[in-house]
Amino acid sequence: MAEHATHVEGLAHHFVSMEQQKEAGMVGMWIFLLTEIMFFGGLFLAYTIYRTTYPEGFLFGSHLLNVKLGGTNTVVLIVSSLTMAMAVYYSQKGDRKKLLAFLALTLILGLAFLGIKYVEYSTKIHDGLFPAAATWNPPSEGEHAIPVEKQQAVHVFLWIYFLMTGLHAVHMIVGAGILITLIIMAQRGKFTKNYNSPVEISGLYWHFVDIVWIFLFPLLYLTGYHFTPGGH
Amino acid sequence: MATEVMETTESRVNYLNNGTTVKSWLLTLDHKRIGLLYLFSISFFFAIGGIYATLIRLELITPQGDLLTPEMYNRVFTMHGVIMIFFFLIPSIPAVLGNFLLPLMLGAKDVAFPKLNLLSWYIFIIGGCLMLYTMLSGGIDTGWTFYPPYSSIYSNSQVTIAGVSIFITGFSSILTGLNFMVTIHTMRAPGLTWFRLPLFVWAHYATSLIQVLGTPVIAITVLALAFERTLKIGIFDPKLGGDPVLFQHMFWFYSHPAVYIMILPSMGVISELIANMTRKRIFGYNFVAFSSLAIAVFGFLVWGHHMFTTSQSMYTGMVFSLISYAVAIPSAIKTFNWTATIYKGSVSFDTPMIYALAFLGLFTIGGMTGLFLAALGLDVHLHDTYFVVAHFHYVMVGSAVIGYLGGIHYWWPKITGRMYSEFLGRISAVIIFIGFNLTFLPQFVLGQLGMPRRYHAYVPEFQVLHILSSAGASILAVGFTLPVIYLAWSIKYGEKVGPNPWMASGLEWQTSSPPPTENFTYQPVVTHEPYEFENVEEIKQARQAELQRA
Amino acid sequence: MAEHSHAHPDNPLKYYIGVFTLLLVMTGLTVFVAKYDLEHIWPPLNIIVAMTIAVIKATAVVMIFMHVRWSSRLTQLIVVSGIFWLIIMLAFTVSDYYTRGGWPTTLGQ
Ligand SMILES: [Cu+2]
Repeated sequence: MAEHATHVEGLAHHFVSMEQQKEAGMVGMWIFLLTEIMFFGGLFLAYTIYRTTYPEGFLFGSHLLNVKLGGTNTVVLIVSSLTMAMAVYYSQKGDRKKLLAFLALTLILGLAFLGIKYVEYSTKIHDGLFPAAATWNPPSEGEHAIPVEKQQAVHVFLWIYFLMTGLHAVHMIVGAGILITLIIMAQRGKFTKNYNSPVEISGLYWHFVDIVWIFLFPLLYLTGYHFTPGGH
Repeated sequence: MATEVMETTESRVNYLNNGTTVKSWLLTLDHKRIGLLYLFSISFFFAIGGIYATLIRLELITPQGDLLTPEMYNRVFTMHGVIMIFFFLIPSIPAVLGNFLLPLMLGAKDVAFPKLNLLSWYIFIIGGCLMLYTMLSGGIDTGWTFYPPYSSIYSNSQVTIAGVSIFITGFSSILTGLNFMVTIHTMRAPGLTWFRLPLFVWAHYATSLIQVLGTPVIAITVLALAFERTLKIGIFDPKLGGDPVLFQHMFWFYSHPAVYIMILPSMGVISELIANMTRKRIFGYNFVAFSSLAIAVFGFLVWGHHMFTTSQSMYTGMVFSLISYAVAIPSAIKTFNWTATIYKGSVSFDTPMIYALAFLGLFTIGGMTGLFLAALGLDVHLHDTYFVVAHFHYVMVGSAVIGYLGGIHYWWPKITGRMYSEFLGRISAVIIFIGFNLTFLPQFVLGQLGMPRRYHAYVPEFQVLHILSSAGASILAVGFTLPVIYLAWSIKYGEKVGPNPWMASGLEWQTSSPPPTENFTYQPVVTHEPYEFENVEEIKQARQAELQRA
Repeated sequence: MAEHSHAHPDNPLKYYIGVFTLLLVMTGLTVFVAKYDLEHIWPPLNIIVAMTIAVIKATAVVMIFMHVRWSSRLTQLIVVSGIFWLIIMLAFTVSDYYTRGGWPTTLGQ
């Protein structure tokens, strides 16, 4: 490995050229995203079936979510997608300072997203709305009461909510880990004008996670936004 | 001339003697060594699955359930299925032969992501250890299909751990598929256009496509099942508003195409065997290549044929039935083209060819009986009987395993640099063929007569057929054990071979046996169409010159 | 394959800002529309509007932020096949439920 690696910085021994290596990385990431589409796809399928089966329960359940926090998170992710795109751009320009700045910004926004998500989750759990048998204790009286006959359908909505956003949050955490790695690599000057595909490939991942949220936000938060409980 | 080659081969550093410590194997990034790591791992699981199969056949010798309790029997057939499918058949040809051969056939130094390749083996091992833990702590009793709500609420066995194990192992399969797709797209040698690729590569491309697109769905499904079971969430539990049929949709969206993960690589092997053992270019190369892709795509459109007896809509059932029939077309194209290739070829009946011929017959039976089951009305009668069991064993053992064994024999001299005993090879291939048919042909009759699958006791009228089946299974066991012995023996005592003992075409035969760590000492350039046997002599001479220069 | 036939534009920043603005506007729009009960007009109208906006947003991200507009044919093919297979899974399964008769009303409550 060593004797070949000295020829071109960052070229692994089993590749013929930098172009081949870069193309392999890009194609590999895209195929990985293909698997991610199908991975989330299974949950989107469950959403479609259960939403059509329990339209009222989904209206009611969606109404329980906090659109302000969800909307804020949507904006946070959109901004982070922009900063990620900028990071990729400056890595190609070989501008280390700006690359570092935009990577750090992206990371901060990603962490902000997770922080807001944490607040949302803890409120729901506190309200007895986490759909596991041990914690499920929905209020049947008071301001946020869920009528008993609707509780089962709302339960279905809420496990879909937790499963989909939870899986998304896990991807965000992984993304944050990737960003930290990139920042360390960038700080050590690993990236040059000619070698920056790790940044570009990680960017694809980050944008994908953003796209998942683009669908989750209306499906989960906005579905019951026009709905007033008891108004029907 | 031949001896010259051998001496030079012997003195060379090859992938086997380049580092002999345990560490050099466990941390290897060499696709050939990783292929061998998989070979040992899956052989181990095959043996365990075989022990479970033995228990099943022993129990079924008598009509009474006298050897195993009903609960034990449930666990035994479930573990047999889970281990054979997820830990032997799915990885078998891709992870062993695919890993070993793909870069060689492409003229590349390695797969695109060697570290990911090693990681996928470790993921497989972690999943495998969890499955062993499941096994030692009592196993699972749900059937390999994990249907809820039994699996999620009522079963008292280790379903959660088994689910996590399959979730993890799935990623091993995904990463292998991803690696292969990228390798085929980006690492072909100069001149190696898509239509010069060996059909083995086409078949692996199609397989990878299924691994990449299908496996994530079963991963999320078993993950949901594990959540349902541990947290009592009720994802598929009708009592809590869930829908068990949705589980079946998601499960079969993967698990029907998974059949093609097992059979497509085997078809790729058979294409190589038939071309090289008849010394003819495969009849209708393009059709065989594209039929692999067609099978991969159509294979995703038929999963509902497993659900004809559920609440699935009759209209959707009709569509699924129709498309299931359509999948027979690309499969038939392959079978007819192989047969046409043999016609007027100079056929040599070496061990690999015997396996290839066995495949042709057994796959035809396995495939055709699948059509019985794809028929809406007939399936109501045959569903969950031994007819189904016999059908999928003809496909999975009669075709997939036979192809795997044929491939192992054919490339054995390339892998080890030694030749096995041809006499024992032929004998055991014939034993396997006879044993297999004796085991599973009676099961078609049993199923047609109404013997349900997954029962440990049955009415006395069925005993004769069950005894025949168990007798066949013991012959099959002998047939599977023999190759282990003579192949192992050949590693030390087998006759040494040169780069191309079969006088075959294909880049993997141009490098020495066993190949050097870097696969080729030069950059191979492809100037010929695939399976052009007129050029083999020419290539051989070029190689000879190359070896003498080195 | 490796050749970037449709090479990246010299200054993609203006595209990035454009997409960014589009995403923000679209987010505002989808929240705004969701306030109104369009289901009185036609039951699935709310979800159709929401999904149309989401698809537009996702397309913009894929094309510009993820450079698919300037990528190789292979990359574009991978993206299309991902969507295609997702649709297969959704369409066939939904077709089952939809043609059973009675769904969703009888199963629901
Ligand atoms: Cu099937």
